[in-house]
Amino acid sequence: MSTTTQARTAGPVASPGSDEVRAMLRTSDVSRKRVNRVMKVLVHAAFATAMVPLLWLLYTVVVRGAARLSPYFLTVSMRGVFGGIDAGGVYHAMVGTVMITLIATVISVPIGLFTAIYLVEYGKGPLARALTFFVDVMTGIPSIVAGLFSFTLFSLFFGPGVRLGIAASVAVSVLMIPVVVRSCEEMLRLVPNELREAALALGVPRWLVIVKVVLRTSVAGITTGVLLAVARVIGETAPILITAGFADSINFNPFEGRMMTLPVFIYTQYRVGLVPCAPSDLACVPDVNVLRAWAAALTLIVIVVILNLLGRLVTRLFAPKLR
Amino acid sequence: MTAERGFSRGFRWISTGSGILLLAILAAVAIFLVQQALPALTASSEDLVAQNVLPQGMTSLWQLILPLVFGTLVAALLALVIATPIAVGIALYISHYAPKRVSAAVGYLVDLLAAIPSVVYGLWGGATLAPVIRHVWTWLAETLSLLPGLEVRATATGRSIATAAVVLAVMILPIITAVSREVFKQTPRLHEEAALALGATEWEVIKTAVLPFGRSGVVSAAMLGLGRALGETMAVLMILSPGILVSFQIFDAGQQQTIAAFIASQFPEAAGLRVNVLIATGLALFVITMLINMAARWIVARRKDFSGAA
Repeated sequence: MSTTTQARTAGPVASPGSDEVRAMLRTSDVSRKRVNRVMKVLVHAAFATAMVPLLWLLYTVVVRGAARLSPYFLTVSMRGVFGGIDAGGVYHAMVGTVMITLIATVISVPIGLFTAIYLVEYGKGPLARALTFFVDVMTGIPSIVAGLFSFTLFSLFFGPGVRLGIAASVAVSVLMIPVVVRSCEEMLRLVPNELREAALALGVPRWLVIVKVVLRTSVAGITTGVLLAVARVIGETAPILITAGFADSINFNPFEGRMMTLPVFIYTQYRVGLVPCAPSDLACVPDVNVLRAWAAALTLIVIVVILNLLGRLVTRLFAPKLR
Repeated sequence: MTAERGFSRGFRWISTGSGILLLAILAAVAIFLVQQALPALTASSEDLVAQNVLPQGMTSLWQLILPLVFGTLVAALLALVIATPIAVGIALYISHYAPKRVSAAVGYLVDLLAAIPSVVYGLWGGATLAPVIRHVWTWLAETLSLLPGLEVRATATGRSIATAAVVLAVMILPIITAVSREVFKQTPRLHEEAALALGATEWEVIKTAVLPFGRSGVVSAAMLGLGRALGETMAVLMILSPGILVSFQIFDAGQQQTIAAFIASQFPEAAGLRVNVLIATGLALFVITMLINMAARWIVARRKDFSGAA
């Protein structure tokens, strides 16, 4: 918005020369101009304030995380690592993160995508209205509550104290489904109606119109939405902590035993904190746990950033030119 | 629509079924929580004490839930008080102050704050921010203690609910900013131009045209942020040194605790009735966040009806 043409019109007296009017306006405007300037500074300051934690956090994670991040760190588990031993890594946690997130995606994407198709292509009446409202409500479910739900669900079948990778996947799905619905819905609505009408007019059945025209047109946007949803839930900690527990060893089976994930790894390592080292023990690193936590945090952030960039790249490269 | 056969009908059924399944999941969340919370809610206080499921010295479930609800609200409201003015400022910057190219970049940077996992916020808040910000809290506490009749304590570790609230504020900043900026962008151009034509300065345009138009949007944005802050677990869990008190000593350690962090810290070692007690506190959190989110959505929906903006 331009600020140049302001406060020049309302001269109270008509007769004096234009210079006098200008001077008068200027004097009466001093306080208003000052307020204007102060607010402008404040608005810029608000933005600067928000950047402080962002830059500080990223700087700290990169600097402290780089200290321990290495190919070794990414390829070994924590099995048999204790105290201040200068060893151990996140391989088991990365396996768990990939498994749990992958299963959650497999559960969430079909449900979310078809719900979005229902809302955009079929939805009218009370069910559609209720869905729109409750999808929004579902976005607000606290993550820990989703974890409690999944835990109670699985303890019905497997008895109390159950800790399973699949339970964590279900908990994460509860958080992921509404996100997928929202982004898919948005993308499907972008598809121009003319395309649907043209296909229908050619006698193509409804389901084929949806699959071949609507989904084909919006596939890039949907992929982006799914990638961003994955990026969002991959950092979930609390629901996984109470459904899959934590572990030191590699576990590929989501249907049996505890599973570690990167976020839970960060939390548990941070919780353990500093270890006491005997002065004679030179191989002992007192803050090895905290260093591992930072390195895992850097790994996690890099994964999230890659997913985000991938999402943006997909839209840029494969989005059909609609307009 | 009449001659729907074969795949077409199947496709419609699958889509409708997914929608119903989604509602069923939401209903299941509520039902399971209530069902699992009931044993704790109906257990006699003797049982609760005998099975040692409550913290020392407590005889009823409400003695546990009330301070937890209090702590949750204190943390979330503090975060909201910190975040809202900053978020509104950023939203105004994006919608009205920054040049077009810059505003897109700024929007992206703020969204980046939302992409960082909460556990990383917790790690940063506990290991980096707390030891630095404690100096601020100590100074604030000393200054406030000069007021007659007020005794404000500050912890030397910085692991207070004030520090947790600062980190929560950073975490809810993106959502408040995003919703507010969408509302501000919808301000009718004519209102702004009318204000400009009357000789308003840039700020006066915002004060007279943009803010009144966006007020309900900002309120619902803040409520969405509140909902997020209420349910946030890891940041509080990793920063706060907890206690279960109804206390306004926000700079001191060992005073308050939030529901989500309480559940996450107790759950790994819980069994039997203790799990039911934790689920009961989770139910309380679920109800509070649902109410706040529904209210926020309701305000947004009502606003849409009135303003005619899609």
